[in-house]
Amino acid sequence: MTRRNELTIAEAARALRAREFTVRELWDACAAAASARNPELNAFLEIFDADDAAIAAAQKRIDTDGSAAPPLCGIPLAMKDNILIEGKIASAGSRMLENYRATYDATVVKKLKEACALFLGRTNMDEFAMGSSTEHSAYGPTKNPHDTRRVPGGSSGGSAAAVAAHLAIAALGSDTGGSIRQPAAHTGLVGLKPTYGAVSRSGLIAMGSSLDQIGPLAKTVEDARLLYEAIVGRDPLDATTIPAGLYPSRGIPEKFRIGVPRHLLEKGVDADVRAAFDATLERLKDAGHALIDIELPMSAYALAAYYVLMPAEVSTNLARLDGIRYGRAARGETLLDDYLLSRTGGFGKETLRRILLGTFVLSSGYIDAYYYKADAARRVLRREYEKAFEKADIIAFPTTPSPAFALGEKSDPLSMYLEDIFTATANLTGMPALSVPMGFVERAGKQLPVGMHLTAPNQAEDALFVLGAAVEKARGA
Amino acid sequence: MATAEEVKKLATLARVSLPEEELAKFASEFDAILAYVGQLETLDIKQGSAQEKPPLRNVMRADGTPHEGGAYTEKLAAQFPAREGTALSVKQVIRHD
Repeated sequence: MTRRNELTIAEAARALRAREFTVRELWDACAAAASARNPELNAFLEIFDADDAAIAAAQKRIDTDGSAAPPLCGIPLAMKDNILIEGKIASAGSRMLENYRATYDATVVKKLKEACALFLGRTNMDEFAMGSSTEHSAYGPTKNPHDTRRVPGGSSGGSAAAVAAHLAIAALGSDTGGSIRQPAAHTGLVGLKPTYGAVSRSGLIAMGSSLDQIGPLAKTVEDARLLYEAIVGRDPLDATTIPAGLYPSRGIPEKFRIGVPRHLLEKGVDADVRAAFDATLERLKDAGHALIDIELPMSAYALAAYYVLMPAEVSTNLARLDGIRYGRAARGETLLDDYLLSRTGGFGKETLRRILLGTFVLSSGYIDAYYYKADAARRVLRREYEKAFEKADIIAFPTTPSPAFALGEKSDPLSMYLEDIFTATANLTGMPALSVPMGFVERAGKQLPVGMHLTAPNQAEDALFVLGAAVEKARGA
Repeated sequence: MATAEEVKKLATLARVSLPEEELAKFASEFDAILAYVGQLETLDIKQGSAQEKPPLRNVMRADGTPHEGGAYTEKLAAQFPAREGTALSVKQVIRHD
């Protein structure tokens, strides 16, 4: 029998309604697994005490409403440490905010509370979501449950490890350049970056405001959909949230036209990752879907544009952390000393690097060469994708060129940045994208999961869930 | 090429200070990153060719009182590093001497 903490959202929701176990028993199973394995994995920065009132309320709702209760009712979830839960620490993996207690609920948290979901704890992450390995956390790296000598990816690495190791049923992460999809690929999970504006960013500690989205990390495509449906929607507290139907609906095709930009995969992708990708495509073709070649020439410049725009937004957003109103507050002789001491002591190296880089690309004399050029490239990239979607329903490529790398392997910043090479495009275009497991490759005697990356037109998450389920089926999951 | 001096200037602008011995390392990492993002310079995008109107513009909240005055004051003030009542204490900036 599958242990309770190993269930999916859909399975646990059914079992709770069938009275096979109680909400308390499900919580205890996850909490016990989390306490037992966290010292090894460092997935959670904090495991919360059981909230007796919330557990009782969830049980009561299931008892009263049965199948009408929300699917997430009574489900223990892990939350990335940059999503505010009122009264809890939200440190964003940084010393800067180690003492900061959220003064309000993020909109996604409010929605999850209304659905009677439970919060198991806050998960480790690269500081301020900057990184692709969770090694940039001020609280030590998270380990990959598939091989603890390797990273789980990042920046939502703690959320990914927690779900992959069955410490939580599912989790929320945030994705600015691949921070949900890359860790999902590295830990064998499904990860979704919704359409920009689909999910409210109110209560998400900002990194790159034109790129950030909150999204699910889950064991199945169905679970990712259930979580997404619980958090999606327009929010008066986030003016960039979009109403349903802002973009024209395209419907869900019976058989998908899957666009593959083969020109991007010719070099740089590991041979066995490429083989797993091609084999999955073949199985989709056998299931009746069509494969078509597409060209996305601006993609070659996407990561360069991303590493101009993102640091620009980072340096702007992180300017608010000045040691005056909340968070780390070091004190010196003058007010300027207060700023310098608080910020220098609070930020880690990678954060400092990106703040400086952003300051540089926005400075007079360089803003034309870097920032405006990158912004123009972003618009051209978006148009290329729109054009590609005239003949394709979904665009597919591997989520990452390689499986999870070893802890400490990528010590120079640029090699770490290249981890986002495939995923950053969806943040630049704003389009929704899903990573779905597509098999395993072997490294040093361990089987490591790899993911297939699907991009859809704006607000076409439904199409991602349908084709994502087809990828699961093709894999034999 | 970035120099230690330039990195130091950026740090000043960004209100952080870097130890002298790390300036050179930051500068060399900067060079590698700028060489990579510098490939954007080879792009020839015609002025105006990439202009577009976003589908969502000028989103405003309706006028009105979003919440009672003072409803969040105590919660926010509890996060202050130093306070007097519900006021945030800061260093004196303007001097009279």
